[in-house]
Amino acid sequence: MAELVLMKGNEAIAEAAIRAGCRFYAGYPITPQNELCEYMARRMPEVGGTFIQSESEIAAINMVYGAGSAGARAMTSSSSPGISLKQEGISYLAGAEVPGVIVNMVRGGPGLGSIQPAQSDYFQATRGGGHGDYRTVVLGPGSIQEAVELTMLAFDIADRYRNPVVVLGDGMLGQMMEPVRFPDTPPPSPQPKPWATTGTRGRGHPNIINSLYIEAEACERHNQRLQEKYRRIEREEVRYELVDPEAEYFLVAYGTGSRICRAVIARAQAEGLRVGMVRPITLWPFPQVAIEQVVERARAFLAVEMSAGQMVEDVRLAVAGRCPVYFFGRTGGAVPTPQEVMSRLKMIVEGRGGEL
Amino acid sequence: MQRIFTRPQALTDVPFHYCPGCPHGIVHRLVAECIDELGVRERTVGIAPVGCAVFAYNYFNCDMIQAAHGRAPAVATGVKRAQPDAVVFTYQGDGDLAAIGTAEIIHAATRGERITVVFINNAIYGMTGGQMAPTTLVGQETTTTPRGRDASYHGHPVRVSEMLALLDGTAYVARVSVHGPGHVNRAKRALRKAFEVQIHNLGFSLVEVVSACPTNWGMTPVEALRWVEQNMLPYYRLGEFKTPGQGEA
Repeated sequence: MAELVLMKGNEAIAEAAIRAGCRFYAGYPITPQNELCEYMARRMPEVGGTFIQSESEIAAINMVYGAGSAGARAMTSSSSPGISLKQEGISYLAGAEVPGVIVNMVRGGPGLGSIQPAQSDYFQATRGGGHGDYRTVVLGPGSIQEAVELTMLAFDIADRYRNPVVVLGDGMLGQMMEPVRFPDTPPPSPQPKPWATTGTRGRGHPNIINSLYIEAEACERHNQRLQEKYRRIEREEVRYELVDPEAEYFLVAYGTGSRICRAVIARAQAEGLRVGMVRPITLWPFPQVAIEQVVERARAFLAVEMSAGQMVEDVRLAVAGRCPVYFFGRTGGAVPTPQEVMSRLKMIVEGRGGEL
Repeated sequence: MQRIFTRPQALTDVPFHYCPGCPHGIVHRLVAECIDELGVRERTVGIAPVGCAVFAYNYFNCDMIQAAHGRAPAVATGVKRAQPDAVVFTYQGDGDLAAIGTAEIIHAATRGERITVVFINNAIYGMTGGQMAPTTLVGQETTTTPRGRDASYHGHPVRVSEMLALLDGTAYVARVSVHGPGHVNRAKRALRKAFEVQIHNLGFSLVEVVSACPTNWGMTPVEALRWVEQNMLPYYRLGEFKTPGQGEA
């Protein structure tokens, strides 16, 4: 059994990436994810990998595009304003079908915002974020242990589908420390990537990594193929946790928000309320199936987010009017307290739910 | 029958889409000849820019990546660091390299990335229809400088080679032209040197090719070559600005 170690979230994610076979990291400092960058600077040379402190977030994601094209497991990380800059490159990764892992330790926004934890990049992460019709797989860890596991999974998913994968954390997850156990299995042996641009030797024909399809019909065919891939991801990669499927009221929350909701559930149950939780682990694809499992018996859903209400739109789409969906959120880096969520919940239970 | 002239192996058998009189075809061929002569085609990875040469991946018979506007040096950095044995080149125009990609080229150069950059400077944006480039000459008319570039209003043209030669990470920087046979031969020698510098792991190398754009300059191909000689070369001085083991010239 692997040893239990106390680690900061940012560092644990970096170590997990290295153990998943990541050998190329390019990034640019931004709070609150700097420890990830710094950890990579120390560790990458020890494992024969590359660390580059790039001149910008734009350069970093394009370096990942190059390293990913050349077959390496490659990663970059940033926080909200930096992720906006990376969107150009993420669109290219998606368009050219190059695998890569992008970690976003979300902070308050918009603009320069705050450096406190937030979940206000949900739309940007789950709707593509950059230009064009594309999707990134988005993983939302709720603990540092889960961040480790999902980071390792992110590289597998990225390679399997040749698609960018986002690990969507927040400043809380990045900055706090928790005990972590790294799996003691050896890193996976690199899978062959016959499409990679590593030189034509032994292959004969050139490989071309490209997202340009100048004719509308050709570009549409390419888009249709991408959409088929996204439908396959929606079938195969949905992950979620369902807390107390027999409950009457369901909180819906992910990441740091879900930790607050666990405290709320404990209090509510102590007061005799049947409260459960749908916790999406994949934010895209959104776990519609989890809502389906409970929607017929649920009296109401309460989405709790560190945003002005973004994931709640996916909850409403999944519920499709079969049951009321309420929202509670704090913004700009303010974190909801269990008391606040509890009092919102009680209003709903008492029929004073207010605005949907 | 003895065959004395053939298509380089490093070029595919695909007709170029370039305009009549455009030197991209010449420069593509020179790059391909260098790759063949150095015997590195099977380990070469080229990076195509955004701009007229965006389809370079159709013409070079080696692994190719298409990069976002200006980002080719960052993409090349990722490739080279992931595959240190690869011979990596970017092929970029003046809009791509000297405007939107200025940060990427300067920092790839200053890191001393072992890549070779082929920089085509025709003083105008070609693909988007003839707008002002950072390299547009003072007085030159373009669609966005309809009364000619005015330095006090639009700023001054940038001399990329001189600027990059100042950086410690660059090993070889040269400016050449292809407006006549002698110049084509000199350009070939410079390109070959730039690839050799990379193969010998000496640092970053760049060859700037002063080029013509008859279509967007509104000239015949012959007039355009004359314009290169009379207007561009006095401002964009030809020569080697830095060679390995030597400081800036």
